[in-house]
Amino acid sequence: MDIYLLEAIINGILLGGVLALLALGLNLIFGVIDVVWIAYADIVMCGMYVIYFLYAQYGVPLPIACLVAIVAMAAFGILVHLLIIAPVLNSPPINQLLATGGLLFFLQSFATLLFGTDFRNIGVRLPILEIATLYISFSRLIAFVIGLIGAVALYLFLKRTYIGTAIRAIAQDREIVGLMGVDQRRIYLVTSAIGGALAGLAACLLALQYDVHPFIGNTFGPVIFMICVLGGLGNMIGGFIASFIISQIIAIGGYYSNIELSYVLAFTFFIVLMFLRPRGIFAR
Amino acid sequence: MSISRISMLVGLAILIALPVVVPPYFLHLLIQILLWAFIYTAWALMGRFGFVSFGHGAFMGVGAYVPALLWSYYDVTPWIGIPIGIALSILLAVIIGYPCFRLRVVGHYFALVTLALSQVVLLSLTAARDITGGSLGFTPRAVGHSWYALQFPDKAYFYAISVVLWLIGLYVWRRIDLGINREALEAISEDEDAAAAVGINVLREKLRVTIISAALTALGGAIYGQYFMYLNPETVSGIAVSLQIVFAVIAGGVYSLLGPTVGSLLTLSLTEGLRVWFGTNFIGAANTIYGILLILCIIFMPQGIVGALQGLRLRRSQTKVAPAE
Repeated sequence: MDIYLLEAIINGILLGGVLALLALGLNLIFGVIDVVWIAYADIVMCGMYVIYFLYAQYGVPLPIACLVAIVAMAAFGILVHLLIIAPVLNSPPINQLLATGGLLFFLQSFATLLFGTDFRNIGVRLPILEIATLYISFSRLIAFVIGLIGAVALYLFLKRTYIGTAIRAIAQDREIVGLMGVDQRRIYLVTSAIGGALAGLAACLLALQYDVHPFIGNTFGPVIFMICVLGGLGNMIGGFIASFIISQIIAIGGYYSNIELSYVLAFTFFIVLMFLRPRGIFAR
Repeated sequence: MSISRISMLVGLAILIALPVVVPPYFLHLLIQILLWAFIYTAWALMGRFGFVSFGHGAFMGVGAYVPALLWSYYDVTPWIGIPIGIALSILLAVIIGYPCFRLRVVGHYFALVTLALSQVVLLSLTAARDITGGSLGFTPRAVGHSWYALQFPDKAYFYAISVVLWLIGLYVWRRIDLGINREALEAISEDEDAAAAVGINVLREKLRVTIISAALTALGGAIYGQYFMYLNPETVSGIAVSLQIVFAVIAGGVYSLLGPTVGSLLTLSLTEGLRVWFGTNFIGAANTIYGILLILCIIFMPQGIVGALQGLRLRRSQTKVAPAE
């Protein structure tokens, strides 16, 4: 097999790890609260700015900067829920979509206002691994591994803990769970915090590979929605698998043509699959 | 003659007289407001029945780029190029709309499928950079004042064109509002199964309103391109334009005739006002305030500004009537 094609495939798998993490956060929120956060990728952008300023501007050690970003985004997730989602919880779904779309506008323009449109890099240069004749970026490998660890940790949390069980229960039937003595409001807050924390974690991983700028959310946002819908909104395992399918299409498409056309291919694939399997690839 | 008709005529007279009195800068703003108001009204044709499309960036992009490219490369006059662009937009609308409506892709899912369509058009335009100039944008070949090329350096011409377009948009809105189809479409937006059960051809009704909406959006995009003489994938297609359309309409009011126009007036004056006020140092200020307003609008008055005002007036007239009963 062509060595460059192999490299593209491996890069695709590594990209899939980060996308899976993001899709997981979005899916969790959708599954539990039943709201699509259109601005999810822009929360990641905020996290990246936190890391950039703490690490590159104020010299805070990177692990601590990352930790702060994760905690800050978890708090931000709670704030988003209290200020924007809670008031529209009983409105038509499309209004909820639009409210978080307003948040997207707000975050992107506010970031432009505060930081300008410059591309900023945290300036960490990780080595490039050479395995046989393959070149693999170390930062992507780290992102992939941590992405997977995050996904497994979330899975264990949802399966093994009391509050995780309550979260899964609420995703299945939100009326009955209330009768079982579960405080819905609290579960929503915990879910929003976890969703925010996952965005913060993704921000740590992306900050290693990409420059931060106010519109970086537009690069990932549409792809993440596509992945979640493809896997079935709210279906976490489906979303996990779909992230690898989409990242492969982007990586291999990019190998044969250019990056824009590979995204065109991915979006077209998405549209066609929506017609073939409107409830996601893995719908029963 | 009723009061509303008189005020309508007075309003029209003012609109016609405006280019004589206002300076070019304001004329430029007015043209933009009217053109966007037309596109917003076209979107509202669907949006008011709950078919929320994020795909109008795609229709606008196709409508704008096709005539500009045909003119610049093949000397095809926009009088032919614009209908071709509209036809392609309609084709796109049918390709996406037919399976969507047939397979009951609704709500979130419809919004996300059309969002993907916007991105496909945006990225295709960017990828075809040899022809379209990619993200650097595209400037159609300019020939000065010409009816054949539909290019007028004098703003008054485009002002007249955009007033006419805007009135066409309002007329179509009104026709659908008064027609029998409105009841059918409202029934569909309430409950598709029930609508089908009483004999409404759900597929045909939805497809028809989608085609009208896409065609008008493409026309708006075409005139936008002819006026600005500069096209950029990011400003005429893609998720950003689609969101801009949806939000301006929601802010103005999707259920009222003049709602989209108010949305256009409000958002453009806000952007321009803040730009003049703060200067370019505060480049994101306008959209920051805009974003906050949108969230507030959706939380506190989902029927938009015009809708909220009408609701207020209705309530007042009701309380006035109440004691007489």
